[in-house]
Amino acid sequence: MMGWLPVALLAVPLLGALLLLISPALLRPVLRGYGLVFSGVTLALAVTLAATFDYTQAARPQLTVDQPWIPGLGLRFHLGVDGISLPLVVLTALLTFLCFVYLSWGDARAPGQLLTPATGRPRALVFTLLVLEVGMIGTFLALDLLLFFVFFEVVLIPMYFLIAIWGGRGRRSAAIKFILYTLLGSVVMLLGLLLIWAQTGTLDIVALSQAHGAGMSRGVQVLAFAAVGIGLAVKTPMWPLHTWLPDAHTEAPTVGSVLLAGVLLKMGTYGFARIAIPVLPEGAVVIAPWLGALAVVGIVYGSLACLAQRDLKRMIAYSSVGHMGFVLLGFATLTTVGVNGALFANVAHGLITGLLFFLAGAIKERYGTADMPSLGGGMLATLPHLGAVLTFAAIASLGIPGLAGFWGEMLALLGAFQPAEVLPRELFLVFMAIGGLGAVLTAAYFLVMLSRVTHGLPARPALSLTATHSAPGGAGAGPEETGSGAAESRPEALAAGAAESEPEGGRRPAEVTETGSPAPKAGAMRDIRGYELVAWVPLIVLILLFGLWPKLLLSLTTPAVQTLLGVLS
Amino acid sequence: MTTFPLLAVLLPFAAAFAGLLLSRRPRLRAPDTPETRAAAARGRAGWFAIIPTAASAVLAIWLAWGPGFAFIEGASPGEPVGRTYGTIVTGGIPISLTLQAGDLSAILGVLVTLVALAVQIYSVGYLHDDPRYPSYSSFISLFTSAMLLVVYAGDLLVLYVGWEIMGLCSYLLIGHWWEDRANSRAAVKAFLVTRLGDVGFLFGIFVLGVSAGSFRIDDVLAEVPEMSTGTLVAATMLLLAGVAGKSAQVPLHTWLPDAMAGPTPISALIHAATMVAAGIFIVARLFPAFLAARPTLDVLAIIAALGMLGAALAALAQDDLKRVLAYSTVSQLAYMAGGLAAGSDSAAIFHLLTHGAFKALLFLCAGAVIHHIGSNLMSQMGGLRRTLPITFVTMTVGFAALMGLPPASGFFSKDALLLTMERALTGGRLTDAAALLLYGCALATVAVTGAYATRAWLRTFFGEARAVALPEPQPGTAHVVDVREAPRTMLVPIVLLAVPALLLGFAGGPHLDLEVAALSVVLALLGGGVVYAFWRSDPVADPSRLLGPFLVPCERAFYVDSLYTAAFVRPLQTMARLVVRTDDRVVDGAVRGSGRTAQRLSGMLRLLQNGNVQLYVTGLLAGVLLIVVGAVVFA
Repeated sequence: MMGWLPVALLAVPLLGALLLLISPALLRPVLRGYGLVFSGVTLALAVTLAATFDYTQAARPQLTVDQPWIPGLGLRFHLGVDGISLPLVVLTALLTFLCFVYLSWGDARAPGQLLTPATGRPRALVFTLLVLEVGMIGTFLALDLLLFFVFFEVVLIPMYFLIAIWGGRGRRSAAIKFILYTLLGSVVMLLGLLLIWAQTGTLDIVALSQAHGAGMSRGVQVLAFAAVGIGLAVKTPMWPLHTWLPDAHTEAPTVGSVLLAGVLLKMGTYGFARIAIPVLPEGAVVIAPWLGALAVVGIVYGSLACLAQRDLKRMIAYSSVGHMGFVLLGFATLTTVGVNGALFANVAHGLITGLLFFLAGAIKERYGTADMPSLGGGMLATLPHLGAVLTFAAIASLGIPGLAGFWGEMLALLGAFQPAEVLPRELFLVFMAIGGLGAVLTAAYFLVMLSRVTHGLPARPALSLTATHSAPGGAGAGPEETGSGAAESRPEALAAGAAESEPEGGRRPAEVTETGSPAPKAGAMRDIRGYELVAWVPLIVLILLFGLWPKLLLSLTTPAVQTLLGVLS
Repeated sequence: MTTFPLLAVLLPFAAAFAGLLLSRRPRLRAPDTPETRAAAARGRAGWFAIIPTAASAVLAIWLAWGPGFAFIEGASPGEPVGRTYGTIVTGGIPISLTLQAGDLSAILGVLVTLVALAVQIYSVGYLHDDPRYPSYSSFISLFTSAMLLVVYAGDLLVLYVGWEIMGLCSYLLIGHWWEDRANSRAAVKAFLVTRLGDVGFLFGIFVLGVSAGSFRIDDVLAEVPEMSTGTLVAATMLLLAGVAGKSAQVPLHTWLPDAMAGPTPISALIHAATMVAAGIFIVARLFPAFLAARPTLDVLAIIAALGMLGAALAALAQDDLKRVLAYSTVSQLAYMAGGLAAGSDSAAIFHLLTHGAFKALLFLCAGAVIHHIGSNLMSQMGGLRRTLPITFVTMTVGFAALMGLPPASGFFSKDALLLTMERALTGGRLTDAAALLLYGCALATVAVTGAYATRAWLRTFFGEARAVALPEPQPGTAHVVDVREAPRTMLVPIVLLAVPALLLGFAGGPHLDLEVAALSVVLALLGGGVVYAFWRSDPVADPSRLLGPFLVPCERAFYVDSLYTAAFVRPLQTMARLVVRTDDRVVDGAVRGSGRTAQRLSGMLRLLQNGNVQLYVTGLLAGVLLIVVGAVVFA
């Protein structure tokens, strides 16, 4: 009865994109509201989907649509959601909407808001993002191998343009590297999918999952798992197939980075949960130790790479390699606990790293660089709110319990402590120990980053004013602040001090605009602005919510995971 | 009453959010200058901080009213008060959201909330003109809430949540004055060192939980007799890593002295009620598991023996008053660990309580002294007994308790610990060598404790006043004020804490062993007497010169920090740089290389496409010829 919902989830953004092609001139004046409306409707549909979802039946696909598409190939237009894909669909719709909010809220003249003719091609940007949304949501809804592949590939092209047109200085080579690398991975994956098709004669993911690998010999399963796995591992990305990621992230515009980290990487890990493990269980058992080994290498390697990184965006990109290592380790355990952990970490990473890239973008716009030594420290003094939210996001990312990042990693490690019985336990104990050390290294690089960027005294002389205010005992009039006309325009910084980790809630926008309204002096940076706050608060709230109440997500995924593991669990 | 543990945890938790989000809300009708607004924010934040903590304290006292000191008296355990608020499915062993107060938890809850309350009240005066007071007091509330979660948790993973959040709060509070990079480094160090231990702790929880089939503490303890020794040793050793991290025991003790970078009330909080107490608490909470794992007890005894003497010697050589107290905490915690290793959890918890009272008192007094002088260094103090009479009296009580002089509280609890260690010599679970080392070190430490406490007391309050008012305080030190004594918000908590520091020893029915008691008092007085003799001979010079050639190693805490830097930090940094280089040259180099190879190959193919029609026709003909020949031959 609600079967139209998944179709509508794809149709709305697609319609939005097509209308832009048909009547560009008509829509130009309303472009900002346009993207907001279409992604907002999509988000509303996604929320409706979550509301109508039958949570007692989270293990089976619901709200399915199953129509023949290309009968000659046996290709069917088969969509549906279950407990695994539902959180990801909602996450995708949410992040896309927040990206539009970020781009178009308020007067849309801030440097990060690209929807002005001055920054170039606003119509193309809206079009690109809407097409991207179609591909991303489609990937999570598809229940047919080839349909999955089609959506998986649809995503690449808008992302390529997003990096190549609106990216930073080295955008061209980064975009080419991104698309060639991921395309190459996809080709290998296609071969694996075709191998499954050739052996079983069906492309239906539901039927294939229920068969649990029946009809395929062990050798075929191993081969198919390796091929599909490599394709997915490029996207995830798994060490050593990750090098496209730092370049793409560093060069992509803020919204590109957010969607890349928040959603695109999830498509790779989602593929493991949807296709590779349930369809090819015997192949999974053979490959799992290798997957686990590469995962923990990725954790430690990513953390070490972060530790010596100078560029903030690049550091966050490498942190994704480490976090995705935890996700892959969870999958490699082939236990309900581990896969649950992986899926949780997946969603948590989408929220947290999405927020981190928003913040990195905001910093880059203000300082003109994301090079940490050039930032010079003291952000909690110059931009107290931005520094506080950055602290919050970094702490969430390093896996403090009570915030979303913890549960996924903890469950992945617990899964590795007791992997599926067919797997060598000693080996996974080693993986667990290395993963645990990786968690310490993760904490190390985030705290070192915070120390470099947010602590200390600000280096720039123009900004030393607020630093004097914030220094304990420095409330008296210093020589440099008498006579400076800006002293009145910055009192908020004094009153606000620096809340070091928590968001400031809905009361901030008024105060922030108040701060800046008496003509901010040239070169002075403004703290969090309205459009940024509106885009970030939902992420902050969700990070807290999932951290304090992990049951929300775990009770959704557990039955689905138990079904997909089938014989293994 | 069953919801009291939950309420006690939630109240400060809510207070933390309220303090952060609501205290800076602009008031509607007040005159709106920045100064009044900041003052209003501080005032609001102060109430947000104090009222919920006080409410939690009332709840905790209510919970402890029934059992009283039953745990210390060794009475049979009563029924825990609390309930389960549902379970979290994980796909494997579920996490049960249980909060309950048994005999041990109830009494510790009182310690935590009362010290936290004292610290909150004291901070109002201490950070009077700190613009970041609202975030500071909110983090203390969060800290209190996390520690109460540890204390009342009925499930190991719920306990771990509180355990880790404490690490975060210590990071945020130690780095409160982050303008100074040194404070920031100290905060990072505290977090990382404890986190390293916490990873082991988490794995220890896994071992216990998986072998018991449940993470509920009651279930785990019920299953302990069924577990194999190997499992128990592995689990307790891993837990010990977390204990060493949080309770600042060798080899993970290095963060605690550096943590003095934080504001002094924070030191009181960390050293007395939260964080460091958690490690001792968890060993006592899971004591049956530790008792069944003898090798772990031996390791604990050796760690404790090394830690108590080493830290006491280090305390004797420090010039920073707060660092003296910090090393003294490491040493006193090692006492408790030694007591646990010797087989008595009640003695250890008794000392934890008295130590909580007198160490909080000592830190708050030190804060008052520092507040007055504007410096942490004892070489700039002296003669303060006239200018700070109240602080002098209360701090004297604190030092007496620390030395273990009767009738102060420390005397009774230290006596109980020494008695346990002595009994472990003859019959106990420890190996003879470990028991001997433990008892020997404990006695030596009593003497050294007497020495460093006397030294700090003399150098602070006697002799000539050396203080020179600093022109402008550096970030990281308290603001200089020109009053004779500290403001009332600071004095009231000090005086109130002096009462339990003096009298808590009589609680729970003191059992004195005259022989051990006499020995320890004589040793402490001996240590103090030697220092006094040195001080009398030259009141200006530092009596720590009695250490002779060992002074510098003691002052540097036996170079453990330098060793760790050389052994772990630098290699890690090198490895990190190596990884970045490898990533660029090898991993990404292979990618770029394959791209270049493809370009070169296509470049060769391009040579054929040179636009020369004759060449194309020749190629065409050659192809046709090949096909014809092939067809003829293979047909």
